[in-house]
Amino acid sequence: MPDSKDIVLMAHLMRRAGFGATRDEVERRAAKGYEETVEELIDPPDDVPRADHHLLFRFIPSTETGGPNPIPGAAQWLYHMVNTQCPLEEKMALFWHHVFATGNSKVDNDNHLTMQTQMFREHGLGNYRDLLLRVARNPAMIFWLDNNENHKRAPNENWGRELLELFSLGVGHYTEKDVFECARAFTGWTIAAKIPRAPLHRFNWRFEFRPEEHDYGQKTFLGRTGNFDGEDIIDIILEQPACPRFIARHLYNFFVADEPQVPAWSVEPPRDPEAIESMAEAFVSSGYEIKPVLRAMFNSDFFKESMYRKVKSPVDVVVGTLRLTGDLQGPDPRLAAAGQEPAYMGQSLHDPPSVEGWHTGREWINSGSVVKRINFVADRVSDVELPGVRSIVERVAGEDAAMTPGALVDRCLEMIGPIEVSNDTRKELVSHAEDEGPLAWATDDEYKTSSRRVGDMLALIAATTEYQFA
Amino acid sequence: MTTRDKPPVLVVLQLTGGNDYMNTVIPYTDPNYYDSRTTLGIDQDSVLRVDDELGFHPNMGPVKEIYDRGDVAVVHGVGYANSPRSHFRSMDIWHTCEPDIIGTEGWLGRAIRDLDPDGENPVTGVNIGQGMPRAMLVPGVSVASLADLSTYGLLTSIEQRERRDKMLTRFVNMYGQAIGTGPVQDYLGQTGLDALKGADILKDGLGRYSSGVEYADDPIAKSLRDIAMIHTADVGTRVFYCQHGSFDTHAAQAPSFDKLWTEVSGAIADFWDDLREHDADDNVVMFLFSEFGRRVRDNGSGTDHGAAGACFAIGPSVKGGMHGEYPETRPEALEQGDLVPNQDFRGVYSTILEDWLDLDPVPIVNGHFERPSFIESNGVPA
Repeated sequence: MPDSKDIVLMAHLMRRAGFGATRDEVERRAAKGYEETVEELIDPPDDVPRADHHLLFRFIPSTETGGPNPIPGAAQWLYHMVNTQCPLEEKMALFWHHVFATGNSKVDNDNHLTMQTQMFREHGLGNYRDLLLRVARNPAMIFWLDNNENHKRAPNENWGRELLELFSLGVGHYTEKDVFECARAFTGWTIAAKIPRAPLHRFNWRFEFRPEEHDYGQKTFLGRTGNFDGEDIIDIILEQPACPRFIARHLYNFFVADEPQVPAWSVEPPRDPEAIESMAEAFVSSGYEIKPVLRAMFNSDFFKESMYRKVKSPVDVVVGTLRLTGDLQGPDPRLAAAGQEPAYMGQSLHDPPSVEGWHTGREWINSGSVVKRINFVADRVSDVELPGVRSIVERVAGEDAAMTPGALVDRCLEMIGPIEVSNDTRKELVSHAEDEGPLAWATDDEYKTSSRRVGDMLALIAATTEYQFA
Repeated sequence: MTTRDKPPVLVVLQLTGGNDYMNTVIPYTDPNYYDSRTTLGIDQDSVLRVDDELGFHPNMGPVKEIYDRGDVAVVHGVGYANSPRSHFRSMDIWHTCEPDIIGTEGWLGRAIRDLDPDGENPVTGVNIGQGMPRAMLVPGVSVASLADLSTYGLLTSIEQRERRDKMLTRFVNMYGQAIGTGPVQDYLGQTGLDALKGADILKDGLGRYSSGVEYADDPIAKSLRDIAMIHTADVGTRVFYCQHGSFDTHAAQAPSFDKLWTEVSGAIADFWDDLREHDADDNVVMFLFSEFGRRVRDNGSGTDHGAAGACFAIGPSVKGGMHGEYPETRPEALEQGDLVPNQDFRGVYSTILEDWLDLDPVPIVNGHFERPSFIESNGVPA
């Protein structure tokens, strides 16, 4: 039987490597063991179900393609995140969307953002070199960073610069000359239009290499000289010691603890340099395989000791709440509206504010978003008709005919997390519970009143400062 | 104009989706207009004429009445060079005043920071709508954002008033106690308290409001009614934001465009009637914009994304009439088939910021731009 420490740790792992889990799931996984669960998340057995997208398109075909409209794409992604039993795949897709931030604000063709997300879903746990090459050839990315305007006689540096600055090395590890030479090597990596599937449909794009646009001349990049093309450039980037550290810091910021915003990384050292080094080492020694670095991270002490050191992202808030309460399971017609909820809290899927991705940590919080966050969770956890909440109520009630206010608070904190709160917060929660006296569960009326009090308590817990952290 | 004791207030109404400038302010004597608008051209006789060249769309009657009172300023040819013709990118540019890079601070967020530098009033800026428009977002600046005033607040799913109030008392205690326990907790605690204080202030205002004006039952009328409620409650809000749409009329434009302008015009007229009834109109300017105008030539059913557009400033303090030049409509004068902007939008913002809100526009809009003069006086003594 897992002890309470195992339970606390498993809830932490599931908040980070997934979108949180119900108490039943936490206990089931804890019984299996921590490292075994890490393994299952990283390398899911074939029989663990993903969200069934055929089912979604059968019942809600409008989520399949949006053209310029980003709403169907967000609904589709939300469906995947809420319904998958392989949550780390979705979390990694979201991670790479953070890093290789591509926005429909410019792409204006959300189908391609959805295809990009699908690519991250399939290859996000694979090899980073392979992923960089896929991103370099990804039509949405090519259009987003103007590589279709990168010509032999008129190089455009946008992609070349962001590849170095935001996708691999970080500021300070290359010169302006390197940016230019990098851009030259990617000339001719462009997009061509595909014939639309129906008359008057939008033209899709596909990657196309145009030799006549490519600069075959000699280039000097990061100290090496040769007739490089884009693939050579990526191989040279991977030889730089800055590269594994940069990606490790991104992983650390996303999964372990909030770091300063990316532009500050060239001046502010990481909060845990040793952690970054150990992750970078795991990355390099496996030839940039992503699974070994995740395995090293999740099994490390620095990860296990990092509880509540991250402000939940809006996607964490929304998906976590839906999974906890069992709301919006399967192909639900409310998906299109719910897909916009993270946007109302400041995280518009497929539309990051810039190529730098979202600003994380405390920047998720403003006076508008804090109201949205709290209400979104409180609306659902106080609804005792939702299956997840009903099961929390049942477990809080247990076999007891009566219960003290203090026990109500502690059991609710257990079942919604477990989460830890400060003594001050616990005192407030307890004195709130005391206002209505002890709880009774014996008769139907008592059970009903006490259920409602559990819902209120869960809503109040959702409103605590502590609940804003993962 | 007399000197007022109330500070100037700005109400921004965003026409989302790209409002068709040429069918809003119609050059009804221009043969190029009728040559290009073979399907969507508005018949000369239906145009609500304001002079011998221009007139409003037939469904803009209520706006025309305000215009005739001298309270509507139309600013022509507004936009910026090299319009990307993408909704989202263009909207970003309008919101952040950054056409070349991706900006992170909204122009109204900066204005709110300057109006209330110590963040004393959490409702200095109020957005009516879902989410927060980027125009109002600046890290550390508190702005209230509500989809619907009647249901706004924290923990609104707890229906019973007394229970909810008790929970909110706990909330205040918990967030107050969080302050002083670490930088992120400090910030979170303060932001939570600001949000609740803002909600309380707005709720109080709601309780005091009554009006003889009956607004229509559509989203923009509801938004402007919420703004009127908050404004007349005198809670210190200086910048309001709302939006209506979608003006993205690629196909079957005529019926949807007619409906949109019926709604917008009606809501605007009701809003000003309401403010006048409460003697609360003379410190308000309303500002309408859209992310771009639409293609000069219609596509046989609708219009595609264009460039230059028109902005409107409405209120007793504006210099009514036409400002600037209607862009040239000759086919050879167009760029990619679109009207070429002759007035940078940042210049229009600068007029609002300096002449109305009494702020230094340069750091807000990132530079100096030619400013049209459409504000009569903000009543602030020089």
